Amino acid sequence: MLDSVIFYFFAGIAVISAALMITRRNAIHSAVFLITTLLATAGIFLQLRAEFVFVAQIILYVGGIMVLFIFVIILVRTDISLPQVRSGPQKWIALLVALVVGVEGGVVLWLARKLPGQGLLLPNPAPADKLPPNTEELARGLFGAYLLPFEIASVLLLVAMVGAVVMAKKRTDA
Amino acid sequence: MMPIGHYLFLSLALFLIGAIGVVTRRNVIIVLMSIELILNAVNINLVAFSRYFGDVAGQVFALFIITDAAAEAAVGLGIIIAFFRNRETLLADEMDLLKW
Repeated sequence: MLDSVIFYFFAGIAVISAALMITRRNAIHSAVFLITTLLATAGIFLQLRAEFVFVAQIILYVGGIMVLFIFVIILVRTDISLPQVRSGPQKWIALLVALVVGVEGGVVLWLARKLPGQGLLLPNPAPADKLPPNTEELARGLFGAYLLPFEIASVLLLVAMVGAVVMAKKRTDA
Repeated sequence: MMPIGHYLFLSLALFLIGAIGVVTRRNVIIVLMSIELILNAVNINLVAFSRYFGDVAGQVFALFIITDAAAEAAVGLGIIIAFFRNRETLLADEMDLLKW
């Protein structure tokens, strides 16, 4: 009962502020609403007993990536007087396609409950008091079975960092 | 505890809102933010399945996706700054250098 109240609270905040995020004219407002969505998603991670991902979401997404976004928005001049949403039929086609895909997903999820053995919808998760300590278990996965992807991710970050520096640097010779 | 379908539907809704943002907005920074929203929606799926199967692999992959999002944001914003320096605009419709 309490679980579903918490879930609907955070899910409502996430969806409403995501919708506001893509409709605001001012880029800073969009960034603030995206931060709200990310924080609400972090709350859902906590409700799913994923404490480490919750903390990583707040520190990395909200504290790192979004600060970078806001920094760039402040750095470049945005023309808020210009129309910010594409005109013409594009918007309506996008809304129609999204609506069709959403209804389709809803129907699939609704039908999947009728499969034998509840299909993929797993009504009974692992009991919460039997879960191992989240950070310990995550570290075992990250430094055990997924050690190679972990190292590759660090190489990816290095490459991205060098690329970002090279692209944002002022070219003096060219 | 609720069936996992609730989480999957929330993830689908956020994904579609992000997709609408990518297609309809003209400001490149907001397009990039919509992509971040899409990546975040996928993370909800991974963590929800991780919880329901009692397997930590989903959370490991959620962390990898957050890493990817950080790398993508850094490179994307670098491209935006370089583009703004050359063309003095952020509108996606003006990015037609390769159109012939």
